[in-house]
This record gives sequence, C-alpha cells and structure tokens, in this order.
Amino acid sequence: MSDNPPLDAARRSFLRGTAVSGASIGLLSGCAPLAATTPAAGRAGAAERTATTTTAAYVPAGAHATIRLTVNNRPRTLTVEPRTTLVEALRDTLGMTGTKIGCNHGQCGACTVLVDGRRNNSCLMLAVAVDGARITTIEGLAGPGGSPHPMQLAFAEKDAFQCGYCTPGQIVSAVACIAEGHAGSAAEIREYMSGNLCRCAAYPNIVAAVEMVRDARKG
Amino acid sequence: MRNFDYHRATSLLDAVRQLGANDGWQVLSGGTTMIDLLKLDVMAPKGLVDITGIAEMQGLKVGPGSIRFGALARMADVGDDAQLRSACPALSESLWKAASPQLRNSARLGGNILQRTRCPYFRDTSYECNKREPGSGCAALDGGRTHLHAILGGSKRCVAMYPGDWAQALIAFDAVVTAVSAAGTRRFAFADLHRLPGDSPEVETTLKRGEIVTMIEVPVVAAMKGSHYLKARERESYAFATVSAAVALALDGDRVSDARIALGGVAAKPWRAGAAEAVLKGKVFSEALAREAGRAAFADATLLTDSAYKIALGADVVAGALMTAHQRAKG
Repeated sequence: MSDNPPLDAARRSFLRGTAVSGASIGLLSGCAPLAATTPAAGRAGAAERTATTTTAAYVPAGAHATIRLTVNNRPRTLTVEPRTTLVEALRDTLGMTGTKIGCNHGQCGACTVLVDGRRNNSCLMLAVAVDGARITTIEGLAGPGGSPHPMQLAFAEKDAFQCGYCTPGQIVSAVACIAEGHAGSAAEIREYMSGNLCRCAAYPNIVAAVEMVRDARKG
Repeated sequence: MRNFDYHRATSLLDAVRQLGANDGWQVLSGGTTMIDLLKLDVMAPKGLVDITGIAEMQGLKVGPGSIRFGALARMADVGDDAQLRSACPALSESLWKAASPQLRNSARLGGNILQRTRCPYFRDTSYECNKREPGSGCAALDGGRTHLHAILGGSKRCVAMYPGDWAQALIAFDAVVTAVSAAGTRRFAFADLHRLPGDSPEVETTLKRGEIVTMIEVPVVAAMKGSHYLKARERESYAFATVSAAVALALDGDRVSDARIALGGVAAKPWRAGAAEAVLKGKVFSEALAREAGRAAFADATLLTDSAYKIALGADVVAGALMTAHQRAKG
C-alpha cells in the first residue's frame, strides 16, 4: 500500500472551513438557541426565523428543535428546522462534508450513511425524525489513530473510482453490504450495491474492492 | 423545501387524533416518497405526523393461516425474511427487487403500497397534470412521452402508472388492509384500496381523511409455494418495472387448480389479470398455455405512443413467470 496517496489534511481543512464560513454554526451543546442559524435555513429563504427551540416531539414550521445525535461515536447536540434533512445537518450544521449530496432525491446514493447500523440515503431523512440515532459517516470509518478502514484501502488498491464524488457513499454502502451478508458473489454485490451510482462507471473495480474486503475477512 | 409542522406521534391514538384535528396534515413514515415530493414542491402538507415510532404497527408474522405485515415493517427486513421467502417467494421477491438497499432500509410497507406515481409530468410542477392540479390537463396525453405510462386502467384525464412491485403480489393473494382513524377501524380488500383515475385522478385511494393503514394481512393458500415475481426493467437492478408479473400456481396432478396473475408497470393501479387466470384454470399446464395466458393478460390494453413494446414484452414476462412458478409448484 506504499503507493497510496497520503490524505491531504490541509485541503480537507480548507474545504471544511469554507463550508461553514459566513454562517454561525447552530449546533453545539451549550450554544444559545438564538444563534441557531444554518446555511440550510438560509438557502430555503426563511427570512424570519422564530427564536423558539422546542423538543423534537413537536416542532412548528420555522421553529428550531434541539436534537441529539451520536455521530461517529461522538455525542452531538444541534438545532434543526423540521425541513432540515440529515445530510444538511451533517454537512451544513456539523461541518462534516465527507457525506456528499448528489441527486438530493434518493436516487444516487452519494449521501449514504449508517443510521443505527443501517445504510440509508441521508438526503431523504428529516434530521428531527432521527433524533437520538447513532450515525456513522465516511469520517467515522477510520480506525484508532486515523488508519483507513479496510474498505477505504481496498478502494484505493482496486482503483475503484475516478472523480471520487460518489466514493464516500460507495464505501459506506459497501461496508454495510458485507455486514448485511449480501456480498456472497459478484452478482449479489452488484445487486446490493445498485443504490450507489457511479457516473465514471468504476463498477467492476468497486465490485473487486468489496470482494477483496470480504475475502480478507474470511481468511 | 417549504416548511411544515412536525409532530412525532407517541401512539396510534395520538397519530389519528393529530390527523383528525388538523386539515392539510399528512403521515410521514419512511419518507422516501414524501421528502422527495416535498423537495419537488409536488406535495405541500401543512404538517407531518411522524408515525415511525408506533410500536403496534411494526413486525412480520408468518403464520399457518395468514401472513401479517405491520405497516411500519421495513421493506428490507421483510424482503430478507427467510420464512417469508420460503412461504411465498413472490411476496419476498417483489420487495427485494424494488428500489435500492438504502431505500428499502428507510421505506415502510404502508408507505410502499401508497407510493405515488413516477409520471414525469406529475413530478415536475411546470407541466399541467390533472392528478397534481385537478382540471389543469394532462401533459402526458397532450404530446408527452408515454412509453412508461399505463396501458391498462388509464382514463382520458390521466394515464399515470402505479409503480409499485409488492402491491402486485398483495393483490394476487387477496390481501386485506386494516386502516384506523379517529372514527374506528376498517378492514377491506387490498384490491379496493386504490382507485382508477377516471374523472378524478387526484383521488388515488379509498382511504378516508385521517385514516392510517396499520396492517396488511394475506391469507395463506397453496399457490403461494408456486409463486414468482418477474420484473423486466431498463437495467438489471434498481429501476421501476417496464413490465412485471406476480404469478402463482397450484396443481392438482398436471392440472392447474389455482392461478394468480397480477401485472406491474403497465396499469393505473395494482392490476389483477382475471382473464389470464381463467385461461389456466383447470387446464394441463404447458408453455403454450402460459403464452396464451400472457397474451390474454394484455387483451384489453389501450396503447399509448411508444408503448406497443409493453404488449409483447408483457406477454413474455407473464409466460416466463408462469414457467418458473410451475417448477416451484411441482416442488
């Protein structure tokens, strides 16, 4: 694996910084509800925002609710509107931009994360509806000390991407595919990875990466 | 996305009260249709009642006399269930061949049967659509592309196709729906849940205001063992059906004692093909008979522009599904 490119930490920090600049991050335990302003809300054009923060059991339109998520084993408290999707909460509120928005309609799988251990399209879930859930994103797959997950190494080894945009969703989905027991054959992998589209068409290499991790586990 | 009130129901009673008390509210379960259509501005509820936490609507029970599906059971869990796969392959295959693993993890059975059409003119608010905006017209019939529209059960006002898979297996096996509202509980045939578009395509089901589907029950019959769901699509996986068939056979010696055929991808609602079933009943099964049943299934089809392929493909899909079902029925 010596020819693996090193993770470009500086570039990642830069991207994360731009994602949250210009908008106060409205999360965060102890943060006053009044400061709850997310880029998502701004985009949706809510000119007036009520200062109400409620529990997630009942949230009036335009109000913000405080929800708790465990994201990559770390407890997080954040405020969201009823219409805030999980992927918006992850990217815009928590600044975790590893999870991508592709189609934003549940068709491409770029936004795949694990919710209580199941892979889901985070663009089709309301953040308020998953209050209390355990979320695993691409950022949470690495082992102790930041060593890449075997699936991340396998994607690099098998050249399972070109542009890389779908890759975080592919990798999270692939981890779940094996955990579910749906990686028995190449045909089964293709069927059970079908919710992750790759417009560069790296599919044969993605299947090879999943097989590699599956076989390493068996051995 | 427009904003809306959000209420997480603590019980079924809480949910039906909330729906009964508030005009313009809708049920949110898995959200795979709802959130998609909220983003497209095709649906604009004032509020959503999240019912996913209601305990009594979960689960699957494969019993000797009937199979009971909680309306909040997940498509993934039920489609993967080994007991169901063995008891009735078509009810399992029509779930795991639908959508993607991610969508099946979110989507619940009640929402699945109530999913909205994929008609591109319904989904795009810049087009006229009698279903979305009654009286505005039908962009599909007014020169639109109709290669994926309904050739069975459509009307002059709407030819939107019902896109679901599982519903075809349900209607083939005479499923019964339980629905609950503040007014009480109703049980009725799944075949009566969806309406034909006629002059009012905006009214898609016979559910009353504030009613929630809580359970789907399917009586066990011998033909379940000899069942199959065959789905033809534009790609091998993760696509809606161009034509699909849920079929089942029971045999008495060489003769067909029970035949069930339902069609997906071609009709305005879940579609039982009674004429095709009649071709088979009491006869000695053969490939020629299966092909005759396939042709009979589409005898009443109304062709739309670019949809002639569905007749030929559909007859083949029905015949092919019957061949597999026959192998299974022989045991």
